Amino acid sequence: MTGQAHAGRPNKLFRNLNSKIASIPMILTALVIFLGGTLWTVVYSFTNSKLLPRLNFVGLDQYDRLWDAPRWIMSIQNLAIYGLLSLIFSVVIGFLLAALMDQKIRFENTFRTIFLYPFALSFIVTGLVWQWILNPDFGVQSIVRSLGWTTFTFNPLYDADIVIYGVLIAGLWQGTGLVMCLLLAGLRGIDEDIWKASRVDGIPVWKTYLFIIIPMMRPVFITTLVIITSGIVRLYDLVVAQTSGGPGIASEVPAKYVYDYMFQAQNLGQGFAASTMMLLTVAIIIIPWAYLEFGGKKRG
Amino acid sequence: MPIPTGPGPIGRLGPGPAGAKPRRTFSGRNIMLYGALIFFALYYLLPLYVMIVTSLKGMPEIRMGNIFSPPMEITFEPWVKAWATACTGLNCDGLSRGFWNSVRITVPSTLISILIASVNGYALANWKFKGADLFFTILIVGAFIPYQVMIYPIVIVLREMGIYGTLTGLIIVHTIFGMPILTLLFRNYFTSLPEELFKAARIDGAGFWQIYLRIMLPMSLPIFVVAMILQITGIWNDFLFGVVFTRPEYYPMTVQLNNIVNSVQGVKEYNVNMAATLLTGAVPLFVYFVSGRLFVRGIAAGAVKG
Repeated sequence: MTGQAHAGRPNKLFRNLNSKIASIPMILTALVIFLGGTLWTVVYSFTNSKLLPRLNFVGLDQYDRLWDAPRWIMSIQNLAIYGLLSLIFSVVIGFLLAALMDQKIRFENTFRTIFLYPFALSFIVTGLVWQWILNPDFGVQSIVRSLGWTTFTFNPLYDADIVIYGVLIAGLWQGTGLVMCLLLAGLRGIDEDIWKASRVDGIPVWKTYLFIIIPMMRPVFITTLVIITSGIVRLYDLVVAQTSGGPGIASEVPAKYVYDYMFQAQNLGQGFAASTMMLLTVAIIIIPWAYLEFGGKKRG
Repeated sequence: MPIPTGPGPIGRLGPGPAGAKPRRTFSGRNIMLYGALIFFALYYLLPLYVMIVTSLKGMPEIRMGNIFSPPMEITFEPWVKAWATACTGLNCDGLSRGFWNSVRITVPSTLISILIASVNGYALANWKFKGADLFFTILIVGAFIPYQVMIYPIVIVLREMGIYGTLTGLIIVHTIFGMPILTLLFRNYFTSLPEELFKAARIDGAGFWQIYLRIMLPMSLPIFVVAMILQITGIWNDFLFGVVFTRPEYYPMTVQLNNIVNSVQGVKEYNVNMAATLLTGAVPLFVYFVSGRLFVRGIAAGAVKG
């Protein structure tokens, strides 16, 4: 808008100079770290870098090895289970809470504070608390047993078959408050007249939600889904705190695979290949969303 | 972004449609409604309760009782131990070191990232130059890239600069990763300010920095507070960057906490662990409870950071 103010100047580069100087950190971050760093990792994922990154190209070797590794397959499976269930449950619970909160209740602030406070806590804190609650000797299992059901077994963190559900419980506890907040904002954005009209027509409340309100909230839902999903792909701290990937490799996730190969196993090539796969996953989710969101419009 | 950043729908409560009709407090609908809400509230509060009661018990009591029973004898010893003498690796000075490291990381990272991002957002909103949108788009898309993809190149850059493993390095990393969301936040806010203000200042001869310092800055206190909440909680809660970019003596509190609790040697002192967990969660919880509605606005605007 102010570019024209200096339109007479000959040198384009120095036009609006202060603004450009102010934007240097942003430009550097965007180009060097986000663009450059990403390209660098992708390029080096085709090398056989071990302890140090070396440009010795070996084609798709790292990827072949990656998809042959039981630990990686386990990571992907875990992420798929965790991701799918986490998406479904956080949206369902989050929407239920938002709908309850939207009933013009008293103490709305108190309830919102209670539902959202876990989100303020780190995944490490969340993971450690739930590790304690799910502890078989002191936690839920021992309490139910002491109530008389002596054979009751609920021991997710030490049972390889269900350990990922133990992580899921903690993840949902931490994240549903955020979903509730986003969806509540969406609900509040809907015109009160819609509700009045549906009431006049005698449509039951649940039907109004299902067939009128939820379709109207589509953009909010899409944004929420993108936010949850990009968080799911990054799932790391929670697993480290709760199970350290165990028992065995039963709760491994891709982010942890990447970290372990880069900084502990000194097998950089594997780490780069695995992180490139993570990038690909995110791209598959983000590109359609960006297209839907910004595709038709000129400005974001 | 469709997420409201201003005083949007979140803060607004429409007038009740049944305002005139008196409602019975104990109608079936209300019992169902509040019953469900209280049920959920208890579920969300349970872990906090368990943390608190566990941290106040002695070890013998923990071994006997269950995790939900209130302490018979309240002791603050676990808190003292968690703070001052719990061991991580070779160090036995408790979480206090991690706490001060976290403070030394969070304060400068928050201030620097907000300073840079606010000037950036201002440039993008009011002094847009050719190509600015492209950089901004890369920045926003970059926010979705998994950190793991960019970690190693950053390690190399920091090592070349000679600050890998130091607090300075970690502060730079937090500043970089705070950039997308904060810039977006400030850009949206400055765009929403009346353009006449900017034009009037221009006519009066004010330049880039003058307008920023004397007009934009004083008008944007609320958004600065939101950005601060976002950054303080985000940086304090970080684990991955802390583990990757610092040496053990500079580990932030979250990393140290994880090392204390998940250390394999020794007897597990659950009460100390829970006191340590509460201590680590205390700062973000404090920010959360004090800031109230602003926190909600902050995460609504900054949820993309996920």
